[in-house]
Amino acid sequence: MNRFFIIGLLLIATANAQDYFPTNSGVKSKELNYQAFTNATVYLTPTNIIKNATLLELNGTVIAVGTNVELPKNTRIYDKSGLYIYPSFIDVHTSFGIQTPKRNAGSGRSAQYQASRDGYYWNDHILSDYNGIEDYSYNKKEAEQLRKVGFGVVNTHRANGIHRGTSVLVALGDPLPDSDRLINTKAAEHFSFKKSLTSNQSYPSSVMGSMALVRQFYHDLSWYKAGNAKNKDLAIEAAISNQNLPKIFDADDKLNTLRAVKIGKEMNLNFTVVGSGQEYEYLAELKQNQAKLILPLNFPEAYDAADPLLMKKINLSQLRYWSQAPMNPAAVAKEGIPFALSTSKLKATSSFLKHLKKAVAYGLSEQTALEALTTIPAKMLNQEALLGNLNKGAMANFIITSGPLFDNETELHENWVKGKPHVIKEHTIKDIDGAYEIAFQDHSLEIEIKNSASKISVTAKQDSLKFETKSSYSNHWLYLTLIDKKGNTFAQLNAKINDQGITEGQGTSFSGNKIAWKAKANEKNEEKNEGKKQPSYHSPVPVTFPNKAYGFSELPKSENMLFRNATVWTNEAEGILKNADVLVINGKIAAVGTDLDAKNAQIIVATGKHLTSGIIDEHSHLGASSINEGGHNSSAEVSIEDVIEPDDIGLFRDLAGGVTTIQILHGSANPIGGRSAIIKLKWGAPIDELLFKGADPFIKFALGENVKQSNWSSYSRFPQTRMGVEQVFVDYFQRAKEYGQRWTNYNGLSKKQKNNVKQPRYDIEMETLWEILKSERFISSHSYVQSEINMLMKVAERYGFRINTFTHILEGYKVADKMAEHGVGGSTFSDWWAYKNEVKDAIPYNGAIMHNAGVTVAFNSDDAEMSRRLNQEAAKAVKYGGISEEDAWKFVTLNPAKLLHLDDKVGSIKVGKHADLVLWSDHPLSIYAKAEKTIIEGVTYYDASTIDSKIEAIEKEKKLIIGQMLIAKENGAKTQAPKKIAKREFTCETLD
Amino acid sequence: MRNLITFLNILLLATAFGQQTPASKQIKSVLFVNATVHTGEGTVLYNSAVGFENGKITYVGDSLNLPAFDTVVDATDKHIYPGFIATNSTLGLVEVDAVRATSDVDELGDFLPHVRTAIAYDAESKIVESMRPNGVLSAQVTPRGGRISGSSSVMQMDAWNWEDAIIKADEGIHLNWPRPYTRGRYWLGEDPALKVNKNYLSNIEKLKAFVENAKVYDLKQNPAHLPYQAMKGLFNGTKTMYLHATDEKQIVDGISYLKELGIDKIVLVGGNESPEQLKFIKEANIPVIVSRPHRLPDNEDEDPKQSFKLASQLIQAGILVSIDVSGRMERMYTRNLPFYAGSFAAYGIDKEVALQMITLNPAKILGVEKRIGSLSIGKDATLFVSEGDALDMRTNIIYKAYIGGREISLETHQTELWKRYSTKYNTTN
Repeated sequence: MNRFFIIGLLLIATANAQDYFPTNSGVKSKELNYQAFTNATVYLTPTNIIKNATLLELNGTVIAVGTNVELPKNTRIYDKSGLYIYPSFIDVHTSFGIQTPKRNAGSGRSAQYQASRDGYYWNDHILSDYNGIEDYSYNKKEAEQLRKVGFGVVNTHRANGIHRGTSVLVALGDPLPDSDRLINTKAAEHFSFKKSLTSNQSYPSSVMGSMALVRQFYHDLSWYKAGNAKNKDLAIEAAISNQNLPKIFDADDKLNTLRAVKIGKEMNLNFTVVGSGQEYEYLAELKQNQAKLILPLNFPEAYDAADPLLMKKINLSQLRYWSQAPMNPAAVAKEGIPFALSTSKLKATSSFLKHLKKAVAYGLSEQTALEALTTIPAKMLNQEALLGNLNKGAMANFIITSGPLFDNETELHENWVKGKPHVIKEHTIKDIDGAYEIAFQDHSLEIEIKNSASKISVTAKQDSLKFETKSSYSNHWLYLTLIDKKGNTFAQLNAKINDQGITEGQGTSFSGNKIAWKAKANEKNEEKNEGKKQPSYHSPVPVTFPNKAYGFSELPKSENMLFRNATVWTNEAEGILKNADVLVINGKIAAVGTDLDAKNAQIIVATGKHLTSGIIDEHSHLGASSINEGGHNSSAEVSIEDVIEPDDIGLFRDLAGGVTTIQILHGSANPIGGRSAIIKLKWGAPIDELLFKGADPFIKFALGENVKQSNWSSYSRFPQTRMGVEQVFVDYFQRAKEYGQRWTNYNGLSKKQKNNVKQPRYDIEMETLWEILKSERFISSHSYVQSEINMLMKVAERYGFRINTFTHILEGYKVADKMAEHGVGGSTFSDWWAYKNEVKDAIPYNGAIMHNAGVTVAFNSDDAEMSRRLNQEAAKAVKYGGISEEDAWKFVTLNPAKLLHLDDKVGSIKVGKHADLVLWSDHPLSIYAKAEKTIIEGVTYYDASTIDSKIEAIEKEKKLIIGQMLIAKENGAKTQAPKKIAKREFTCETLD
Repeated sequence: MRNLITFLNILLLATAFGQQTPASKQIKSVLFVNATVHTGEGTVLYNSAVGFENGKITYVGDSLNLPAFDTVVDATDKHIYPGFIATNSTLGLVEVDAVRATSDVDELGDFLPHVRTAIAYDAESKIVESMRPNGVLSAQVTPRGGRISGSSSVMQMDAWNWEDAIIKADEGIHLNWPRPYTRGRYWLGEDPALKVNKNYLSNIEKLKAFVENAKVYDLKQNPAHLPYQAMKGLFNGTKTMYLHATDEKQIVDGISYLKELGIDKIVLVGGNESPEQLKFIKEANIPVIVSRPHRLPDNEDEDPKQSFKLASQLIQAGILVSIDVSGRMERMYTRNLPFYAGSFAAYGIDKEVALQMITLNPAKILGVEKRIGSLSIGKDATLFVSEGDALDMRTNIIYKAYIGGREISLETHQTELWKRYSTKYNTTN
């Protein structure tokens, strides 16, 4: 008791911050009374629950909670018998009271490449110096909406930019002054992959650019912090002073969530990432990268399936999203990944509780749900003592509910913020549902009241005469207006309702006289809840790998197999072996020969069939979420590896065409493009397993019309001519050379010497180019005309390295001798031409001429359609230029493997190489050939004989889900108009 | 080797300047003997002969008891085919895609039946000449864009000018049926998803108003109405209505409407979803120019090979099928027409039936089957001799080609560059 008093007094002294303010509106008074909430079930935390407890509060702070709390004399007592008290919720990710700025209108036809601000970081989308408090203003309406669904505190930020600056932590108490509502005016730093709306600066134009920018900014921050910079940078300085704040990243997309998690881990930024709601697709990877998440409850609405022709076009993955999304929080929880829940991305805040209960119905434990709204968000904001609990000393933020929070009937009655009440719904209201007889003057009316606890409805009649009614019931008063349409008159009744219910009242009769009336209750209607629809829940369909059509229910395993009696295209000195066997053990080719011992391997009889190594596509843009970072004329800092999209259906279609390995190249928007990703088409496997292990790193360069921006209106970026293109390369390589020298010198210094000099700046772009100069990274350059091809070789020679591959290279035949001398390979199209001016001299004999001149030649696709039939393209080398069939086949297998430095691992059928194999129905160069099986490292990822049954299963599953949607609609669920979502097809020229 | 290079140099000199010179009229009669003859009518004649005189085929049959010909060529191990016919092509209307100045394929306006491709067809296009070494010797040249794009003509590919190239002028009118479902334009910030097109019915209404006005239009009207005039042939059976439609709903709505109006000759172009309406299409007796097999599936869930199966699904239902060459890079890709047929053949069609899709069937659809489309006595000697199966890339190696009996050059801008640079490096493969 004494202890309580002492603590109480201490708190009073600190809580009343406005003690020193003068008062002119009356006498200066101070609230020193306690408030106690008694006889309730109190959740101090989600795991510490006390029944029949008393909660004692003073000036916004919890003083005590327990079954045995002694109440000071000056305590107002609220009896909360039978009710529940929970800490109110915290939303860590809102824009409460902070408007998102309007998009800058833009500045004419040419893009803006320079930053608009002076004295800040070089990129306008880094707004680390921005503080949300600058634009914050308490929004009563939004606050009310949030309180209605249980929130007491929100963290709010301005949704603008990649680094979005700091947020504000606010208590949602209407009667409080801002000085009491503001808990922390620099609560957290916020981030996203989206550019600021307030600047048109081009860079970054892609997610991979945003990722590179975040990395570079934090490298620069460390460098600046150590005192190495000569200039002032207010954005970096702000970020340094906020370095210890929690960091919240709004990823806003299924795969971006994982990307943000990974970059946070890599850069030690400890991001808490706002997910997309589809985390269930990448649980293992999120867990492996120690994700900390904020989950939205943005469960999609069912499709209105009334148009069967349109429904046929809706992808299975879209239907599954509806089916599976409600289990997202449960699935994340099951993996033990910590998360908070948020109103973020909900269409209407008012639906939050409905969705929360839905998440619980789909398997989220009530305890985890509560934690995700209280203790976890508090911890994310470093406020775990003050917020998210009702322990002694915590802020008195709590909600009072009619019953256990997650029961469907439970309603929120009150939401107390810092000890101030906000009534959501009166809980002392008397249920007056039932039938009554009301008598006044010579009238005797039969009335029936339904749903008095929420939206009251009343029917009234006298004999056969039905009245139209208007009614309201609140604050213990019932108002009832009866309209007699025939008689063109009305009566109004009112009554104060006491514990006995409706007994008597006053009013005005149909004839306009003042009346007193009496009511008699008829037999109680027992089916009172009947009209109320219970939410309907469906069973989610299982997640597959990847989670769409043709996904595996379990990842397929590597099998030992023996191909018996095939025509084997070895791509080795042995050539094409007839009636040969190939044995695959542990994902590798174990033997090639005849009459091999199967050694328990599964035997595949391949009589009449052809077995080859898998097709390798040197130039693909499948399987990536973005392709071009065109915001600068060099983007060596970006990497396609950052934006792998493992569930691109194009990858599966490629498998169906016998492709096993692809290089996903950056596009051709700029002379120095981004780093590429070399992947194996392991359909369904996690991203890290798709990446070709041990592959050398590559980068895309580009020349000609695309980098000059010749075919669209853009006139503000250097270069605009082939002359300028050369100078871009010379400039960057010169700088990279100098950069390398600086670091080499610096790294050669002793520790002591290092203290006396400034450390060079770490520059991701220069690091990448330096790798090229050291021949540790290799260039595949988009190229068309002979002048530019020759030029790039000369630039490379000047800087002491070699170009690895010219891709497209349609005029390679004009400089094939020079290419052979330089040692560069050519990865070309079989027969493309005439699509732009620089390919008017492209010829289908290009591959043959280069091959004959001693250049390593590959045929590539740069096209999601053609990549599925590269075998046909290889055959064109036979037609155009008379290449032998064996050599032509190498154009799409061994030669691209050589160009990618992978010929020691793949590209031929040789003992010890990866078992990346394709079984063809026919001669692989024949137009009539079909890939029957596509195998990567002993795993069968495509088997043509299973496709029909897979299609049948897809149709069946779609029908099942559409049926569930129809039932949901029947049961009153909201629906949306169907629309088919389609991934955009990327080529070199896709500008993001 | 040296001789070969000299030969190539001479060839180069002869042809180094621009377009190949059109061949002159057939003077001597020619007979190929001991060949494998693919008639285009579904049959193969082994060890047989094909002869032609004055531009017309005069003999198709066995190599015994042959009539007298001026020139007799032994074609042992070689294959003779009727020239391939590309339908719904834009050959000769655009030269370089990215260069707007070279584009004459899409006129301004929605209802343009009076706009004619024939007069814009570039008989000297380097792309057109590149068709011939692959066996594509005639094509329907069609306009693009709008609701009614304009009128197409059938052209042959060896001519001094467009007029000489015409096989059949203004044979059909091309209608792009309104889309029931449309995508937002992502580049304008719209949702790119496919959803119900709210303008579908109003677009149909606009189309109906135009077509029905054209039907009742009085040809004697003064002043004349050029678009309505151009439509008249549709109602008297002298012109074909090409209904471009991919969706099931478009197909049914389009065919039903055109039939109601009394348009007899209707050809469906595209027809990606036609397998959903096989019975309807068959009963309406509508030929289909099917989308090429080398395209991506329309839906993520779709059979990855559905585009290859489309032709066989229609043929099995008894529908007359030809192959649409439109799509990405359509002009330069048109030379792959034989390989489209080959790709279809791999998925359930007999090779000779597949061949018909690019020979006799398009000739019937275009109404030129009396002149071209098969190796049949009396037809134009528009044919070629190939080293092997012309539907397969490896053996589609054309040895001689004739249009109307004229032996045409198989050289192109591309073969010239090939020879020029092969010579430079002394490699002559």
